[in-house]
Formats: sequence, structure tokens, C-alpha cells
Amino acid sequence: MTSKRIVLHFPHRLVDQPIVYNLVKEFDLKFNILKAFVTPQEEGLMVLELTGKKENFDKGIEYLNSCGVKIQPLSQDVIRNEVKCMHCGVCVPICPANALTVDQESRKVIFHDKKCIACELCVRICPTRAMEVRF
Amino acid sequence: MKTIKEINEKIKKGEVVVVTAEEVSELIEKKGLKRAAQEVDVVTTGTFGPMCSSGAYFNIGHSKPRIKLGGGVCKLNDVPAYTGLAAVDIFLGATAIPDDDPRNKVYPGEFKYGGGHVIHELLEGKNVSLEATAYGTDCYPLKKIETTINLKDLNEAVLFNIRNCYQNYNVAVNLSDKMIYTYMGALKPNLGNANYCSAGQLSQLLKDPYYKTIGVGTKIFLGGGVGFVAWHGTQHNPGVPRLENGIPKVPAGTLAVIGDLKQMKPEWLVGTSMIGYGVTMIVGIGVPIPVLNEDVIKHAAARDEEIFTQVIDYSNNYPNCVAGSLAQVSYAQLKTGKIVVQNKEIPTGNLSSYSKAREIAETLKSWIKKGDFTLSEPVANIPGAESGYAVKPLKQNPSLS
Repeated sequence: MTSKRIVLHFPHRLVDQPIVYNLVKEFDLKFNILKAFVTPQEEGLMVLELTGKKENFDKGIEYLNSCGVKIQPLSQDVIRNEVKCMHCGVCVPICPANALTVDQESRKVIFHDKKCIACELCVRICPTRAMEVRF
Repeated sequence: MKTIKEINEKIKKGEVVVVTAEEVSELIEKKGLKRAAQEVDVVTTGTFGPMCSSGAYFNIGHSKPRIKLGGGVCKLNDVPAYTGLAAVDIFLGATAIPDDDPRNKVYPGEFKYGGGHVIHELLEGKNVSLEATAYGTDCYPLKKIETTINLKDLNEAVLFNIRNCYQNYNVAVNLSDKMIYTYMGALKPNLGNANYCSAGQLSQLLKDPYYKTIGVGTKIFLGGGVGFVAWHGTQHNPGVPRLENGIPKVPAGTLAVIGDLKQMKPEWLVGTSMIGYGVTMIVGIGVPIPVLNEDVIKHAAARDEEIFTQVIDYSNNYPNCVAGSLAQVSYAQLKTGKIVVQNKEIPTGNLSSYSKAREIAETLKSWIKKGDFTLSEPVANIPGAESGYAVKPLKQNPSLS
């Protein structure tokens, strides 16, 4: 089984197409939508956790590519500005994915970017705006 | 047992023994109270959290021709500064925001920039725009000025915070069924998270609970430079219920602090945006506690396990001034990342950076050890637990409400 969190960018012409439906129907992939929206420029953005047999997973990705969907790994999405972070820890209980934790020894906040689901809750509440979004 | 004068002699000779407020409890465990009190001369503390009643005053120098800002309007990077003073003296508060900031019109507002950010940028050496209008007088004819200012060119730039260093603080939770945005951060509905704001065992007034060594004139680490305790802070409330160890169970004493902004560092004064609430500034403060006797070191050694605070509902009780604590918890419990309130386990978050507080206590320790920082004798006490001094609510005129 393969399971990955990916960011999909849908160009304008694909916004009204049932692409995720096809991932299920044609490739037997399980999906969990972590975030989805259509930007003012009418580009669709969707953050998905996609799970399935390795073979099907690869075919699904191939299908997305063939449709013109741009795919990015999720970890690039939210980054921490190390200069701005004050290691207070107010973000820790807000994070639904436990991607932010406090090291009990150093009392510093650790950002586990692999666990991040890019919900951006931390981006909004960080007092020094240290959590930044990069597309 | 020891005097500040004697400790200063030791600092000058390079013989002083300094430990942080974290280290002191271990030391007492190892050596016993009596020996620790003899051996240790200074305990250093630290705190690094948002402190809204902060600001700075500036004398910007006279323009040619002269302008009288007093009674006029003055903005620094669009953030309004207070001008109700002499011609070119202004005060910039940490929570001031530009007139065109949307505030909470689109709720929750982002509050991206304000007074705290301007102070931080001045410390970074950046030019800050100054735009002012005045009514013009015979002796101050100029009515409008647009220029930039830089910290190094100002006559005086003085950080003057009228309330910092709260002695203990609430833990904030939300009992309602919707998200709320407070100065204690975003609080998730139905006890979704619990936010606290104190360095606990590193926090100065928790380590000198009866203000026996900290007073007016105490020299401190302020914003990365040297400052002084100017007065007790606003809302100073020393008469609250205390634990047997003397530590208040609720927010109590506060300090007003002052210091030359020009020798401070941007990393220790940081502009802060609290979503849905406003702008403020994180302030770094470290106070040295001279170990004058066993009593002083005993108080300075209180650990997180021995320091307790109250869990307060910020959805209804805090805004409507309804008294009542949902639970009493220790800082040791808060630091585990979970507390239990109304039989529910809730994740905790700190608004005050413990790792930075530790860095401040360590920095102050190194300054004292190197002989760069001597202690000052307080010139007056701040009102104590038995003084009768207390905070009062606003007396509202019943005929106008």
C-alpha cells in the first residue's frame, strides 16, 4: 500500500471535472480531502491524502498528470521561519495533526513537517507569523 | 546575611556565584538551604511573553522651520503615536494600529502591523516613516512634515512599559460552542485547548513573591539591554490569596520598567499579532535576585510543581467579569502539555516562550559573572501583600449607564 499527502492544482479548464471521482472509480484509490478551494483566478487547489496499492497509486498519479493537474508533495506547503519563531508553543494545541510538539528538555517547539496537513490553522494564530505558506 | 554592596564587590572581583532560577532548586536539593544561601550570591530569572502595556517615547529633534506636534497628529509607518506632549516628544504604544487597519470588520481580524512592530523595526536599524500634521503657531509655524526617522538619529528613545512581568497569570479556556479569539490566543470550543502565559519557575515575581528584593530602581535585563524597575506596574494587586509558600494563586503584582531603547536588541522586543484581538509586543525581561538570606533563596527555588494558577473561561466569565475558577493547576501540569478540566483532558499551549526565558536568565547570569552587570539597591519598595493596595474595577456612573 502507498499513502501520500499531495497538493493538487487544477487549472481553470478542469475545475468542473469529476477528477477525484475517477481516482476512486478507475484506480480504486481511497482519498481524504484535507483542504479544497477555488482561488479568485479560478484555479482549484486540493490537498489530498491518497491511499491505495502502489501500482494503482502510480497509475492514478499518471492519470492526474495526463489531465494537466499539477502535483506537489505536501511538505512544501507550510514552512516555519526559524528567525521569526519564538518557540512559545501557542500553536501546539491548535494543530489537529500533532505536527507541532514541545520538546520536554529544551522546551522548544518542533515542527514535524511530514505530519503537517497544511490546514494553516497555525499560520493564522502564530503571534509572530512564523508559519508561512509556500505554494 | 549578605548585602547588595558585598555581592557587587564579589562581582567586581570575579568571585560571584550566579545560578538561574531553574538551577537554584537543584542546588538546594544537593547542598541544603543553608549552604546554598551562603554559596549563591545571585539568582537570575527570565520571561519572554506578550506584554500589551508597553511602549516607547521619542524626542525626534526639531525640524527647520519648527513644528509643534503637540495637539496635532503623528504617525510612524502609519501607526498613530500620542502627541499630547511638548513640540517634538511623542509616545508610541505597542498596541497602536494604523487608522485604516480593517480591525475586526472581517472577523477574526489579522492585525498584521502596529506599534510593537514599529519598535522592532527601529531596533533593526530600519528607517521608519514619520508623517505629522499640526495647527501651526507663531513660534512653531510648520503645519505638515513627511520624513523618515532612524533610531540612531533620535535624541531620546526610551522604552517605558507601564505594566510588565505579571506575577502569575490565568489559564484561558473556552466553554462555549464556538471558536473565540482572545489576547490569550485562539481558544477552541468546548474546552478544546488551554492557553497559559508565564515562564513559571523562571518568572521574576514568582521567585520573589513578597517583593523583598525587587523594588523601584532594581537594575534588570530589558529587551536585550539594561533597564530599571520604574515603579510598580498598573493593576498591581498584591493582596490576593496566596499559597503557603507565598506565591499568589491568581494574577497579582506587576512592574513598570524603563530603559534606553538604543541599547536594546530586536530579538528581545518583537511585534506580535493576535488574531481577532490586536497587536502587541513580546518583551524580554530578566531580573536578578540578590541572595540576601535563606528566606530569599528559599522563595527563589520554588519549582513549577509548587506554583499554581487558575483556569478561567474566556467565553463568558472573563468578558463579563464573572468570578470563578474552573480548576487550579500547577505549571508542572501545564508543561506536560495536558490538563484535566471538568473531567476532560485538554491540550495546553504557552504564549510565553520558556526556552527564550531560559536564554534570558542565562544571558543575565553571564553578564553578572563577567562583571558587566552589577546589582542596584532598590530606592523604594513596591506595595506588598499586607499594604492594602488593591486593583479596583471602574466606578461607572449609574445615571449614564
